[in-house]
Amino acid sequence: MIKAILVFNNHGKPRFLRFYQHFPEDTQQQIVRETFHLVSKRDDNVCNFLEGGSLIGGSDYKLIYRHYATLYFVFCVDSSESELGILDLIQVFVETLDKCFENVCELDLIFNVDKVHYILHEMVMGGMVLETNMSEVITQVEAQSKLEKSEAGFSAAPARAVSAMKNMNLPDLPRNINIGDLNIKVPNLSHFA
Amino acid sequence: MSEIVERTLSALPGLILQDSPSGASSKLGNLIRSITALTSRQEEEKLIQQELANLKVTVSSANTTLRQMKECMVRFIYCEMLGYESGFGYIHAIKLAQQGNLLEKRVGYLAVSLFLHENHELLLLLVNTVLKDLQSTNLVEVCMALTVVSQIFPKEMIPAALPLIEDKLQHSKEIVRRKAVLALYKFYMIAPTQVQHIHEKFRKALCDRDVGVMAASLHIYYQVIKDNPAGYKDLTGSFITILKQVVGGKLPADFNYHSVPAPWLQIQLLRILRLLGKDDPRASELIYDVLDESLRRAEINHNITYAILFECVQTIYTIYPKADLFEKAAKCIGKFVLSPKINLKYLGLKALTYVIQQDPNLALQHQMTIIECLDHPDPIIKRETLELLYRITNGQNVTVIVQKMLDYLTQSKDECTIIALVGKIADLAEKYAPNNQWFIQTMNVVFSIGGDVIHPDIPNNFLRLLAEGFDDEKEDRQLRLYAVQSYLALLETKNAHYPQRFLQVISWVLGEYAYLAKHIPVESVMTNLYEVLKQRSVTSETKAWIVAAISKLTALSPHCSLVDRIIHEFSTCPDTVMRQHVCELKLLRVEGPLTHKLFPLNSSCEDFMVDASLSFLDGFVADALSNGAATYIPRHQRQEEKMSREKALNLQPYGLCFSPSLPSASLTDGHSPSAVSVSSGISGNSGETGQKEDTRLKLDGVKKLWGKDGYLLKKESTSVTSVKPESMAVPLDSGISQSGDKKLQRTDESLVPFTEEEKEKRQLASTLFVGLGSSAVSLMGKAEQTPKKFKRKSKIGGNKVMNEESSSLPSHLISDGEGYTPPTSGTHLLNSDSHTSPERLDALGEGDVSTALFANSNMDIIKPLQSTSPNQGTCSVYHVPSLLPDLAQHPHSPVKESASDENLSIYFSKVWKDDNVLLAIIIVNRTSLVFQNISVHFDDSKNCTISSSLHCQLSQVDALGVQQCWGCVQMLIPCSAESVSGCISYQSELAEPCQIIFCVDFLLLDFIRPLSISTEEFGIMWPSHSNELKRKLTVGQQSFTGTLHNLQREINFHIVEIIGDEGLAACQMLPTVPCLLHCHFSSGLLTLWIRSHSSTLLDCLLRQCQKALEEL
Repeated sequence: MIKAILVFNNHGKPRFLRFYQHFPEDTQQQIVRETFHLVSKRDDNVCNFLEGGSLIGGSDYKLIYRHYATLYFVFCVDSSESELGILDLIQVFVETLDKCFENVCELDLIFNVDKVHYILHEMVMGGMVLETNMSEVITQVEAQSKLEKSEAGFSAAPARAVSAMKNMNLPDLPRNINIGDLNIKVPNLSHFA
Repeated sequence: MSEIVERTLSALPGLILQDSPSGASSKLGNLIRSITALTSRQEEEKLIQQELANLKVTVSSANTTLRQMKECMVRFIYCEMLGYESGFGYIHAIKLAQQGNLLEKRVGYLAVSLFLHENHELLLLLVNTVLKDLQSTNLVEVCMALTVVSQIFPKEMIPAALPLIEDKLQHSKEIVRRKAVLALYKFYMIAPTQVQHIHEKFRKALCDRDVGVMAASLHIYYQVIKDNPAGYKDLTGSFITILKQVVGGKLPADFNYHSVPAPWLQIQLLRILRLLGKDDPRASELIYDVLDESLRRAEINHNITYAILFECVQTIYTIYPKADLFEKAAKCIGKFVLSPKINLKYLGLKALTYVIQQDPNLALQHQMTIIECLDHPDPIIKRETLELLYRITNGQNVTVIVQKMLDYLTQSKDECTIIALVGKIADLAEKYAPNNQWFIQTMNVVFSIGGDVIHPDIPNNFLRLLAEGFDDEKEDRQLRLYAVQSYLALLETKNAHYPQRFLQVISWVLGEYAYLAKHIPVESVMTNLYEVLKQRSVTSETKAWIVAAISKLTALSPHCSLVDRIIHEFSTCPDTVMRQHVCELKLLRVEGPLTHKLFPLNSSCEDFMVDASLSFLDGFVADALSNGAATYIPRHQRQEEKMSREKALNLQPYGLCFSPSLPSASLTDGHSPSAVSVSSGISGNSGETGQKEDTRLKLDGVKKLWGKDGYLLKKESTSVTSVKPESMAVPLDSGISQSGDKKLQRTDESLVPFTEEEKEKRQLASTLFVGLGSSAVSLMGKAEQTPKKFKRKSKIGGNKVMNEESSSLPSHLISDGEGYTPPTSGTHLLNSDSHTSPERLDALGEGDVSTALFANSNMDIIKPLQSTSPNQGTCSVYHVPSLLPDLAQHPHSPVKESASDENLSIYFSKVWKDDNVLLAIIIVNRTSLVFQNISVHFDDSKNCTISSSLHCQLSQVDALGVQQCWGCVQMLIPCSAESVSGCISYQSELAEPCQIIFCVDFLLLDFIRPLSISTEEFGIMWPSHSNELKRKLTVGQQSFTGTLHNLQREINFHIVEIIGDEGLAACQMLPTVPCLLHCHFSSGLLTLWIRSHSSTLLDCLLRQCQKALEEL
């Protein structure tokens, strides 16, 4: 079972959190901090698995993570999940985000936390993998956004606002984080394979 | 037409908001932008609090539209993600899910599933909405409801939702069926019994025409088969068929992932088959084929095929073995291990570790790779390699493997890793140690690196191994001798600091076996131990171990001058536990032969005959009883009596005129039954009931005799005359008090007949004290009303006996000696941390038996200092009471009045001892009345714990009297300040319960102590502390040393070293959370780096530093 999905940036700022097991607010933050501490210390040329922590659920607990440009995607899972399977699931998740946001970047996650949740809802439900087929996920998400358009006639407005925000120069976020490095296409996969 | 107008109007506010720059969605933008602009956590907190306050206003306003509410929810989600709780928004999230249109509902559901947990009370409000949406015709609503059910649903409402979700299994859309299956999975996880009846439907889902639904049902099957593999063997065939189809590429192409057919499905199926085939040759037989097929097909060089291969290998080694599959699996493992890709290498090592027991040769094949992995830059790979090595350790390779493990251990900083690895090393060392030297040295490293985080079993097992020895006596001697020599060498190293556990092991071994090292004089061993004892960093627990060792050594060399020095030095030491031990040592020295008897050589494994009934005290008890002491009544019995009496009536008036200055009334609290009571009670348990029966019979006669004494009359007259206001109540009460008398007679059953002389004494006593209150009267077993008084009486009786008795010292020593056996026989030394009252210890030093038995009490009644004689009825009321001298010798806060009422004043003082913080409460009676049943109670506090000794009961405060009690306070979670409130309740003579509420503030700085470490140690500790905070602070002062010393005055740290414009300092939060400071000073700018294990401590401490510097 997937216990938690954490996305934080290179400075440890949480960008997206989803816990499938309840933890009090401060424990959640503690988990994010310690996970960041563990993960950020590791080079890019070491393995993507971490074990031996005791943050969630004691010893039956491992961290599987991937680092994309400015973001870490960390899945905390128990022993009933396959390491390599989850590793590719992260890839599918990120590729899906990339498709849905057209070249996803950190800002997309910040401004569309809710939408990221809906995408994840189609892939993981209650900690169990529901769908691993990217096109299927996108179909579901698109069906929902169609609904969005039909229900709220001016749904273009928020999208405009977001794209306006994207181009704003936020002090903490270097401009170059945009897109380029984040969109990991299939060729890059050979690195992991 | 009007409808359109209406819609336009309702949409208008939203439109305006969207378009204006301060629109709802840009509000989130503003928030995010301002957060990213901030630099400190404090600023962020302020901003978010402000934001939450704004949100609160918005959501609670009636004019807020659902659309705006939706925007608010997104902001809530953002704040919650940053760790700020926004409890007030939860109900609005539920409302939004209830009332909103599809989009708003979706946000509402999302917020609910993020904010609430399964047992949250608000969740029940959501149930109806969920049920409604489940029945909706809108597909999206149904899906949303199913999603929320699978994330969060109250257990007790499952029956309501279950039939609806079961229906969804027949839904025409596969996405709905799939989500319904996962919702049922959720139900199975939280309440397996509730879904038992629908197992048939799970089977239907397994056979669903849609692959997605089937895949979802596998989650359920994996779980149920894990719980009960035998129950689903019949499905083995089905799973195999499915897997064959998947592997054979029979699924539609869109299930392929990088041209591998449904890899996640394959993984899941292989895992299920593993469960089914385990220990089952017949099921395994069926599985072989498909495994072979899977192995063969998985040849594309992609990540995900390795995932499948890995599952295959694990399955092959889990199910009933088959030779040719083993061969293939071994080849597969080879592929993993030899792969240049680090993830695969890691999994290869994992697989090797998994199969190594069945196939040790595999490790040989890959030994070179394994050796390479040992020096791999990735610590995770190294760890996995060590795990593998651990499994293949034997007598021959143990030294190499353990050396590798130790190398890794010295590098790792992660506590979990250290604990796990240290355990493994200790295990291997014990199992395979090639020789004594190696064993001891390895264990030395284990203890020094493992420090105080190691599992307590490790030192315990080690000591047991040493003590119990092997079959060969000579070998044992050598091992012990080597241990002694090695420890002495360690102790002689200058400036070396060892973890407390290690010091405890060392002191035990030296105490037990130093005699083996004949060439080393006992004195030099003692000197070494003494040196350790003097170190400031040694905890009082360790000190107790050391003193125990010194005591044992004293038996070897009774005339060592060092012992005198130790006794001299520590008999005045502030640590009461230490003092107790030293006093015992002092007494033992006088009794030479006894010392030898107590500490025989090399007998740590011998069984101690412990006379738990303390029968040797029986004579003593009998004497005491014959002198008029009351029988000891066990606590539970006392309470029962108290209850029954309370039910009957409360006869408070009799408490009226108890003397404020009864001689030696200093032992009156519920926690410390008097000496005689204890011993008699325990010996009473030793099975001498026969004797007791006898005494009872005799006693009854005596009672009657005494009942006829003029005494009773006196008593009655007193109560009538001196308790005038209550005289009305007396007749009413008397009937019941009579029955109380009877009961009391029974409790006093073991009183032996009084001799003439004693009768005289008692009469004298009663005449002396009769005017002072009921206590003297109750001495005779009369008119004992309240349980409290009964206790008091027994104590006074006991004390009197004590004073009269010149009891024999040895008996005390033996009774105490039992609590003083070497640490192996029990952990009492660890428990001996009670705060023994200093006076009593002094008394113990003088050989007064009575006090020694009170060693566990932490309370004392102090007579008002000014009231010098008992007869001096009125004494000047003094204003600020002072602390007991023993507490006052420590640094402490000024005694301050915290609360008072017309009768009592409560004073506090915080005593900052080196190893803990004590809170002393002083209760001053400002009136000439006596107050009873004083109980001190502290409310629970989030961050601090107050030791239970402060939740105490005092039986009374005399007129103008003072009571003091104290106990330890601990701060569990660091915080700048915490105020702990509590109340003191007491009863006045009129039996009116009164209460005083008070409040004590504890600051973080109360719990900070300097940590004396050397620069080297600082260097070692620095990298091992993971959390760091860095802050630049401007300082007015120009001198760095001056600044640092000023800072030191505020924050009690130890300045380790000042090198030019850099400074190192260390402190610790009690009990032992070290915190390291590194500061750099240049032109009025002080840069601080603080490290500690606890990030909250860092935050708080940094704030304190900031504050301190601002004030400078």
